[in-house]
Amino acid sequence: MKKVTVSGKTVDEAIQSGLEKLEAEQGNVEYDVLEEPQKAIFGLFGGKSALVEMRLKPDPQKEALLFLRDTIDKMGVQASVDQEERADGTYFNISGADIGVLIGKRGQTLDSLQYLVNLVANRYADNYIRIYLDAEGYRERRKEALETLARRISEKAVRTKREVRLEPMSSHERKVIHTVLQNIDEVSTYSEGQEPYRRIVVVPK
Amino acid sequence: MKELVESMALALVDHPDEVTVTEKTDGQSVTVYLTVHPDDMGKVIGKQGRIAKAMRSVVNAAAVNQDKRVQLEIG
Repeated sequence: MKKVTVSGKTVDEAIQSGLEKLEAEQGNVEYDVLEEPQKAIFGLFGGKSALVEMRLKPDPQKEALLFLRDTIDKMGVQASVDQEERADGTYFNISGADIGVLIGKRGQTLDSLQYLVNLVANRYADNYIRIYLDAEGYRERRKEALETLARRISEKAVRTKREVRLEPMSSHERKVIHTVLQNIDEVSTYSEGQEPYRRIVVVPK
Repeated sequence: MKELVESMALALVDHPDEVTVTEKTDGQSVTVYLTVHPDDMGKVIGKQGRIAKAMRSVVNAAAVNQDKRVQLEIG
């Protein structure tokens, strides 16, 4: 961690020169006052300047990215991670040969890694931040698969005139299905059960 | 496996000095024991065991990749 010790006539002055040295903004640093300044007697004797230690605050996204790379490495998987800023948030895109290991059955491993990455990031964040993990376009492929499933299930519900229960899914995946079926007039949807076993029920009208 | 559990735990707790991880291997099956400072228990278990579950799923993925079976014990 980058750290400097600076002095000045007042604590504020010391901090100002510290910010210049670290090339940082006020919000990105933490500091400890090591010594309070003392005024010199008659402006002549025994004056002491303020001594402040300043550190750059860890950047949440940088810490999260380091954590993810380290974890993948220790899992024994060869993969690289790139950071991408999209309109809906920060994405860490994983690519490599053994990508299936990191995705897991129905994205379970990818979701677990994503949850841990967000925990690490938010240890260092002042405001809640959200990071999404993707691997070789998996999220988009899964979304398309869910949309196809939703349409097929709605047809089945209409044809058999019976409710159809889907397998348990995460809130994110349920939302994809609810959204698709909202536009199909012949069916309605609701969710039942407790997380993490909450599932969608498709009802013919 | 020990290194994987240790690095995940270290990234989550407030008292990194009190993270201990030990490992017991019996053929293909490995049991990893994780202990942390009492105040950090919540940080490695989580509400309804959500964090523990996520760590187990990552550890299992790594284990399958190395043809092993791993059990993670916390506490």
